[in-house]
Parts: sequence; C-alpha cells; structure tokens
Amino acid sequence: MTLIMGAVAYDPKVVTIWSGFRSWLLENGIDFDFVLYSNYERQVEDLLKNQIDVAWNSPLAWIRARRLADVQGRRLTPVVMRDTDQDLTSVLIVRDESSYKDVADLKGETIAVGAVDSPQATLIPCSLLRASGLQPGKDVTIQRFDVGVGLHGDHIGGERDAARALMAGDVGAAFMIDSNHLLFGHEGTLPAGSTRVVAQTPRFDHCNMTVSDTVPVELTERFGDLLLSMSYADPQVRPLLDLEGLTAWRPGRTTGYTPLEQAVDEAGFYDAGGAITAADYRP
Amino acid sequence: MTEPAPLVELGELSFERGAHLLVERALRDLRPGTELGVVGTDPALVIHLGAWCRSQGHLVRDPEDGDAAVRAWVVRGRTDIDRWAHAERAGGPRTDGIRATAEPHWGLAARGALVEPGGPAMGFDLADRRYVWADIAPSLYAHAASAQWDPASAIQWDAEFTLSAEIERAVVQVMTYLVENEQAALVIPARLLSRIHPHFREVLQLLAVQAADEARHVEVFTRRALLTGGEMGTSSASGRESLATLVTEPDFSLASFLLSVLGEGSFLNLLTFLDRNAPDPITRQVTRLARQDEARHVAFGVAHLQHQSKVDSSLRSRLRAAVERRHDVLSNSAGLNQDVFDSLVTLAAGEWTPQAIERGFAAVQRLQGEMDEGRQHRLINLGFPADEAADLSALHTRNFM
Repeated sequence: MTLIMGAVAYDPKVVTIWSGFRSWLLENGIDFDFVLYSNYERQVEDLLKNQIDVAWNSPLAWIRARRLADVQGRRLTPVVMRDTDQDLTSVLIVRDESSYKDVADLKGETIAVGAVDSPQATLIPCSLLRASGLQPGKDVTIQRFDVGVGLHGDHIGGERDAARALMAGDVGAAFMIDSNHLLFGHEGTLPAGSTRVVAQTPRFDHCNMTVSDTVPVELTERFGDLLLSMSYADPQVRPLLDLEGLTAWRPGRTTGYTPLEQAVDEAGFYDAGGAITAADYRP
Repeated sequence: MTEPAPLVELGELSFERGAHLLVERALRDLRPGTELGVVGTDPALVIHLGAWCRSQGHLVRDPEDGDAAVRAWVVRGRTDIDRWAHAERAGGPRTDGIRATAEPHWGLAARGALVEPGGPAMGFDLADRRYVWADIAPSLYAHAASAQWDPASAIQWDAEFTLSAEIERAVVQVMTYLVENEQAALVIPARLLSRIHPHFREVLQLLAVQAADEARHVEVFTRRALLTGGEMGTSSASGRESLATLVTEPDFSLASFLLSVLGEGSFLNLLTFLDRNAPDPITRQVTRLARQDEARHVAFGVAHLQHQSKVDSSLRSRLRAAVERRHDVLSNSAGLNQDVFDSLVTLAAGEWTPQAIERGFAAVQRLQGEMDEGRQHRLINLGFPADEAADLSALHTRNFM
C-alpha cells in the first residue's frame, strides 16, 4: 500500500522537506506520499476518517487525534519523534529592570502569549499561571498574538510579537519557548541581558509521527525503523534533517504530553472526545 | 582511580552573548557520551544550555547533590562529528594540489578546503585540468594584477593638441572600431570564466583581470573618441558579424585560439601601428597602454594551447578546422569596415597630399603583412608546420580581431 502522510504547510520549506523525505523513503523501499493541510484540525479529522494513514502531528494535534480515536475505540501509534521534540520548556520573562521576581508578582498585569492554539506559548503557559494561583482573564490579562491560527504555534510570529510587546512596554511579561528566548536574544528582538526569566514550565514534548491503526503493524514498524535509521552522517539525509530541525529520530513516547493534556482540559480547548470547544478558535 | 569529569567555567557569560563557543571548545576533544560539567552564574544558563544542546544533538543532565558548582551536565553527542565524517579536501591550496578533475560538488569551495559532502553540484562544465590549465597562469595573473593602471591618471587627458577635422574624424573612427572589438574581448573571457570550475582559480583570476583590462580599454578608447566632438564613428555589419563568430564559439580552447592567439595577436600589430602613427599624445598613450595588456592575453592563449597540445594530439586539427569554419562563415562578408581601413590610411598619411596618401596606404599594407607574419609565428609556436601556418593565417578574418 502507499503510505500517505499528512503534514501542515506552516512554511514553504515543508514542500522541500517532505519531497526530500519521500524520495529517500521510496529509494529505501517504502511506497510513501504526502498531502499538505493548511491547519492541523483538518489533518486530524482526515486521519480519523482514514483519508490519510499517517499524520505529522503537533502535540496539540496528537492530543485531539488520540481523544477522537479513543471515542471510536481505535488506537493511534506515535511511531517516532524528533530528538528536538523531547523535553522542551517555555519561559515567562519580564524586562530586567522590572520589579517582578516571580509569577505571583504579576497579578493585575498584562501577559503576552502566542496564538490561541500554541501549546508552548499559550496553552501550557496559561496552565502554569493557574498552577501559580493566577487565573488568566481574571487575575491577569492575557494579550494573545494570533499569528498562524490553526498551525498550533508552528509559526514563530506570535512569540516574536509577544517579545516585541514586552520590549515596547505594552505588557508586563511574555511567554515563549526556551529556544526562542535564546533566538530572540541572538537576533536582537530581545537585546541580550534585557530580560529576566521569572518562571519555567515543566518539560513537555512536541511533535510526533502519528500512524493510524489501519496501517498494517509490519508496515508501521518498517516505516518507524527506517526513519530511526536515518543518519546525520549521510550527506543525502543531513540537509533534510537540518531543514526539519532534528539530528536524529527517536522512538515516539507519550509521557511528555501530560502538561498539555492538562492545559487543554483547563482551557476547555477540546473536550474529552476531541471536539473543538474553544470558543474563539477559528483555524 | 577515575579521571575527574571535565568542567567548563563560563563566569557571567550568557548564551545570548556567545557562551556556546566555550562549551563547544570544551566538548571538541571529548568522546561522544562523555559528560562535561558547565559552571557559570548567568541566571538563564541552564535554560539556554538546554535549548542549545537540543539543537546541537547533545543531551543535558541535571546535577546531583554533591556536584557543587555544576549547573548542568552536557552529554556529548556526535552530530558535529557525523557532519564531517565523510568530508574531503578539495585538492590542495597550492598549484601542486590541483587535481586532474575538479568534482562538481566542490562547487565554489576554496581549493584545499575541507568540503562537507552533500552540497549542490554546480554546473561548471570546464572541470578537466587538461582543457583548462596552463602552468603560466599564476605568474601571468600576478603580473596582470601588478600591471593594472588607472585610466584617470595613467593618461594625460588634458594634454593640448590640435588636429584637422579629418584627422580627428579618422581617430574617432578607429577608436569606435577598437571599442567594438574590445567589447567582444571583454564578453568572451567573462563567458568562459563562468564555466570554468573555480578549482582552477588562477585561470579564473587571469580571465577576470583580462575582462577588467578590456573594460578599461573600452573606457579609454571611448573617452579619446569623445574628447573633441562627442559623436562616435560607424559600426559595419560585417565587422560585427566577424566578432559574433568569436563570441558564439563554445569550446574554451577554440575560443581562446581564435580570440587571443589570432585576434588579439593581430591587434598587437594594430596597436603598435597606432602608437607609431598617432597624431596626438593621448591616442598614443591609450594604444600603448592597451598593447601592454593585450600582449599578456596573447601569452596566456599561446601557453594554454601549448600545454593542451601536449595532452591532446587532436588539438591542431581542431584548431585548423575552427579557422576554416570561421572563414567559411565569413566568406561572403566584407570583413573590415571600409571606414576603418580608410582612417588607418589617413592616420599613417598624416596629410592630404597624393604622396602622403600613397605612403599611408603602403603603411597599412605593411601592417597587414606584419599581422600575417605574427600569426604565422604564433601558429608555428603551437606546432603547425610553416606552410600550414601560412595557409591558416591567410584564412584569418579581414576584420583583424
């Protein structure tokens, strides 16, 4: 069978990446093709409608897909993930000269977050606020930067706008993933030393390659093993890994999704059956 | 007793300000799997170290009680090692490191650089040392680079002189012709050099300077033409037709032969003639300076073909065929613009008396004889027998270039 994977076109490079992977997989004996989606919700729905066999899922898309599958008594397999998908954290930062020392100090302040559907810049951060005793929208004002809604935070624009709002003094604090805090420091969006970290989320995992239970087990295993065999030492493969932002594939795991599962429930983003329940979410 | 684990001390330095360089340096000589303790006081150190390590394929482990000042342990990955695992040197940096064939994937890498495999294969179709290289190229390039002159200062543009309108018109016509020919001589090496693999960088450098030489010639000839009046002379269809056959020759050796050995070789005689018969100091200066450069172009052309004839026994028959082919293409063409010929006679005559015109006409005939001799001499240098050299020289375009 032809294994058809869905991927979300959050950037034009997605075509380059998956065309390259497709050629490599075909050369290595897997009949593989891909289709592109403009947002993760349709990709997840198509996975459960058996329109596609595999989905390159954001963590939020994984959670919805798993919930939809559970309702139908089906089982999805997160066969692999990137090494760079594991053990991420997000940080809450303030301007260095501000008086804020920890999360509780921000009561009454405005906090910048990313897009409504960003796991790392909105959902998990808001969960951290709640755990720290601050109800978003009640104890603190949340200013969202809805860039690329439907892309589950893959677009960096929302986090960069949040960082800019912090530097402009429009907000008292901002959330972003750890690597973007470092990136914004290097690129000058946040001049080095101008910000301070006042809180850090628990570690969480990001994307995974979700395989449908309609795919024969043997093929799922072969597909996973082949991806796991991709070596950074291989000059044909290395540019693809560089573009996709990994140095090696790792076996998929679900242990790193607990913080997001909890955040989704707290925010009422999806219900237990995977239906979209967030009122202001229009992918 | 086990060795103490290596540590790197960052002080206050943050990852936003380059701390990764010290970590990278400390990791460089460690084996994959070895741990490096990171010590430092930047508050965001552990956060940024984690993000950086993830992107570089290293793992991070939290410190344990008793690890004292260590903020985090980096478990060395192997991404950097893997990236260079199959890297190779693109030959050697000096001329003795030039390879017989330059690999397409070396692309624009410096000769001798350590080349990561996997880059794009560039379309440099001239990548065989036999067809590109000449041992004289490095020294000719060095000479060419040192012999560059500034058109603004090398020529005394404000020198005073007075010429009759007809003599001035002859100068302008010859300058117009020279610009046209020099533009062909600019385009041809520029086109060729974009096809030569940069592994043979001295050849590229030489051709680049050659093109730059022609750029200056175009400038000074134009400036001399416009010095008094402001109107250029004529350009004949046959002259341009002759030059078009040079520009469209795709074979590097044949283009070099037709342009440098035969064309620019003939131009050496023409520029000597203009130096000798120039009616004013500026015309003399521009032609003399251009001649110095052209001599270098001819020397490279001859050396390149001499080198090639040693490795390619079919070369001479291909050169011969190229001359014959060009002659056939141009057989129905007038060749030299009549205005140019007449202007050369006028310049050599210097005045409008029957005796002077006769003298001028004879001088231009001598010039053509000298050009023929020069071409034959260079053809003999390339190994053609004397009678064949004479035949081939006679087939050269009447347009000189």
